[in-house]
Amino acid sequence: MSVASRVRMKTYVLIVLMVAFGAMGDVLLGKGMRESGGISLGSFGSFVDGIVRGFHNNLVWVGILSLIIFFLCYMLVLSWADYSFVSPASAISYAVVTFLGWMLLGEAVNSTRWLGVLVICLGVFLVGHTPTRTTGEIE
Amino acid sequence: MRVWLLLAIVVLAGTAGEISVTRAMKRIGEVHHFNPRALLGVLGRAFRIGWMWLGLGLLAMAFFSLLALLSWENVSFVVPLTALSYVVGALMAKIFLKEEVDRIRWIGVLLVVVGVVLVWVG
Repeated sequence: MSVASRVRMKTYVLIVLMVAFGAMGDVLLGKGMRESGGISLGSFGSFVDGIVRGFHNNLVWVGILSLIIFFLCYMLVLSWADYSFVSPASAISYAVVTFLGWMLLGEAVNSTRWLGVLVICLGVFLVGHTPTRTTGEIE
Repeated sequence: MRVWLLLAIVVLAGTAGEISVTRAMKRIGEVHHFNPRALLGVLGRAFRIGWMWLGLGLLAMAFFSLLALLSWENVSFVVPLTALSYVVGALMAKIFLKEEVDRIRWIGVLLVVVGVVLVWVG
């Protein structure tokens, strides 16, 4: 494999990991926070209260761990790939989450949302066909 | 008024934060080894770079602004507007990181924005 295609492969793998851990983190954190009673944004006191209650829930911790792994993958991929490549490419997560919600949770998805999924996939496909890196080292 | 101000903070601080993190990581250079020891080394180096801390600060600011915004406005109003971050991000990457955003990448970015809006409005 050439150096360029190896770097491209590495980039794709990390973006897939980002999407997986990011989506998993969001779902677990959301589920855990709802289980623990949710955050009230009414006053600062009740807001802090909600967060503290969340920390007593195991799902919240797994969610946070997931999001930390997501951010680590983001940092790693940005050590070589363009930000303007990685950022739009990772938007594929909106399409994946919509699809999984429909398939696994039986969520209703109307035609406007399916069109959105299609347009996102098209956009990511185009971005994915540009060079992963267009700059040299930055000091 | 304060809604638009917060929205601007979410988009601008969020994107500037990610650009700063990118700047820190580009300074470290391409990571080749992914074993735990090598990764800890990368983290250690990253947190000795000022851009990394600036980036995390900006991202925290964007995160809390988003929370505040979501306490006043519906998610399906907020998220489509934050999709503008993709355009702002590509612009900032071009200006501050000297990335070449060619026509195909621009079209891709715009399609992503339109797609995210459709998914959330639908």
